[in-house]
Amino acid sequence: MAKAAHYFGKHGGQFIPETLMNAVIELEAAYEKYKKDPEFIRELEDLLQNYANRPSLLYYAENMTKDLGGAKIYLKREDLNHTGAHKINNVLGQALLAKKMGKTRLIAETGAGQHGVAAATAAALLKMECVVFMGEEDTKRQALNVYRMKLLGTKVVPVTSGTKTLKDAVSEAMREWTSRISDTHYLLGSCMGPYPFPTIVRDFQAVISKETKEQMLAVEGRLPDYVLACVGGGSNAIGSFYNFIEDKEVNLIGCEAAGRGIDTKETAATIATGKMGIFHGMKSYFCQDEYGQIAPVYSVSGGLDYPGIGPEHANLYDIGRAQYVAITDDEAVEAFEYLSKMEGIIPAIESAHAIAHAMKLAPTLSKDKIIVVTLSGRGDKDVAAIARYKGEEIYE
Amino acid sequence: MNRIQAAFQNNKAFIPFITAGDPDIETSEKIIKAAADNSADIIEIGIPFSDPTAEGPVIQGANLRALQNGITTDKVFEMVKRLRESISIPLVFMTYANVVYSYGKERFMERCKEASIDGLILPDVPYEEREEFAACCEDADVALIPLVAPTSNDRIAMIAKEAKGFVYIVSSLGVTGVRSNISTDIEAIVKIIRENTTVPCAVGFGISTPDQAAGMAAKSDGAIVGSAIIKIMAEQGKDAPEHVAAFVKEMSQAVHTV
Repeated sequence: MAKAAHYFGKHGGQFIPETLMNAVIELEAAYEKYKKDPEFIRELEDLLQNYANRPSLLYYAENMTKDLGGAKIYLKREDLNHTGAHKINNVLGQALLAKKMGKTRLIAETGAGQHGVAAATAAALLKMECVVFMGEEDTKRQALNVYRMKLLGTKVVPVTSGTKTLKDAVSEAMREWTSRISDTHYLLGSCMGPYPFPTIVRDFQAVISKETKEQMLAVEGRLPDYVLACVGGGSNAIGSFYNFIEDKEVNLIGCEAAGRGIDTKETAATIATGKMGIFHGMKSYFCQDEYGQIAPVYSVSGGLDYPGIGPEHANLYDIGRAQYVAITDDEAVEAFEYLSKMEGIIPAIESAHAIAHAMKLAPTLSKDKIIVVTLSGRGDKDVAAIARYKGEEIYE
Repeated sequence: MNRIQAAFQNNKAFIPFITAGDPDIETSEKIIKAAADNSADIIEIGIPFSDPTAEGPVIQGANLRALQNGITTDKVFEMVKRLRESISIPLVFMTYANVVYSYGKERFMERCKEASIDGLILPDVPYEEREEFAACCEDADVALIPLVAPTSNDRIAMIAKEAKGFVYIVSSLGVTGVRSNISTDIEAIVKIIRENTTVPCAVGFGISTPDQAAGMAAKSDGAIVGSAIIKIMAEQGKDAPEHVAAFVKEMSQAVHTV
């Protein structure tokens, strides 16, 4: 019967085909064993420090703070990690776990390509075979990342079913997993899917808030007032929030992709426009029609272009511990350009959604307040797409 | 004994699967009628879902076509109510958890009862999550039909003990779709099922020929065929009913003579 431990409030669970049940049970057992194993912990820490470049900087964005004229703004620089995003944290953890489990092959989904690149990187490092499923639309939007994965020795499979974006890449990776389980680990990239994935991904991403907390205490001698992060499935956000959940004075704000606006159909803002449902292995909030058909969501950002949200976020929303706001394409693109010029940091278009909210929030707060924005990734991958958004045709 | 179990009583059961609304609801209605008239023992009716994660390309295509042509859960219920004026064999729905959940579980079951639906198959609801739907199924006398897979191993007994209607044995790893060869040890799975329940069991996934269907029925209590029928529907469109009729007749005969 459903175990309470597999749920976050009323969200979560294991809504997957029977074919995969023993695989997730095996994964749960292995994770429970290795997360306490000193050798595993030491190996992962070594990879994070000496390969991924952790700890990441907590950078005081002085120009931005002065320009906005309100709260002090810090950026948690996950963009400085090897492969340029937070995704590597989870990937190294899961790939190492898969290797300990005797798996020799990784499969993964990717939206913007950041998780795919991270997975391909870990596979190259740990000498594992890797196949990444990527919506055909996204392979066009992110052609450089496709080639990057190929360089790393990974096979990229363009997904042509459904809307040809992230949700279809997840569906296709799940289908692939049901056909080949014994040697294959599904390296899920976000804090979603069936238990234990939401917990495993959160734990591996929680290093973000663990470091932020230590760094903030060292620099400011206190905790921040606000932590902001962008949310698609929600992995960088849950990692940014996790170690602050018990610190009730810290406001946690997830920034969803509103696309062309939450009053339009071209949106991916799940909390703002979705309702409870069951999809991709979990009970959570999903963008869907009155008959439960999953909505063809849209965002300028391939990484936030997902119709659901991780179950732990859904619960944090239900219990009022975190707040979720919707940021439009236009606002995100404006923030993308703003941070580039203001701080000399080009953010990923995903992370720009969190920057955009900081730009709204900071001026409303007094100067003694502190905001930490997780800069989940760097924006090199987005330069050509943003140029096109602005009406300029350039070749990558 | 319920109507599903009775369908397995006198012979092995042939169970065709048809996605409702592909290419349109009128044609689906004719296809289901044709299958019933040609000795299908139970008919599995798929309520389309936008993202059917357990399906291969053939049934994915059927789901997509049906949704593009405006099928809704309500229209499927209306079709089944019309069909019930002329056919009395067991009908079971196959759909995904979100279709039932979003409709309202109790409301969905109430409508199943009105349409005399006998069972429900939800491929994304394993044993661990069945309680989400089990109680309301029971209240409406709709059998929540479980699946067992080649990877189920030590889970088979536990699943079989709670089974209602029949046990759906997934023949192979992977998603639905035609396979030339099924290598899973079906007999071993059936043996464990029979040790743990009196509910019958039928094999599905990958079966497309009379020989395969007869072979799988010989090892269990019946054979389920989906993708092979959906292929005919995709190729024949509005002309599909007569072609499906001929196929079901041939397959039923093969299964019934086991």
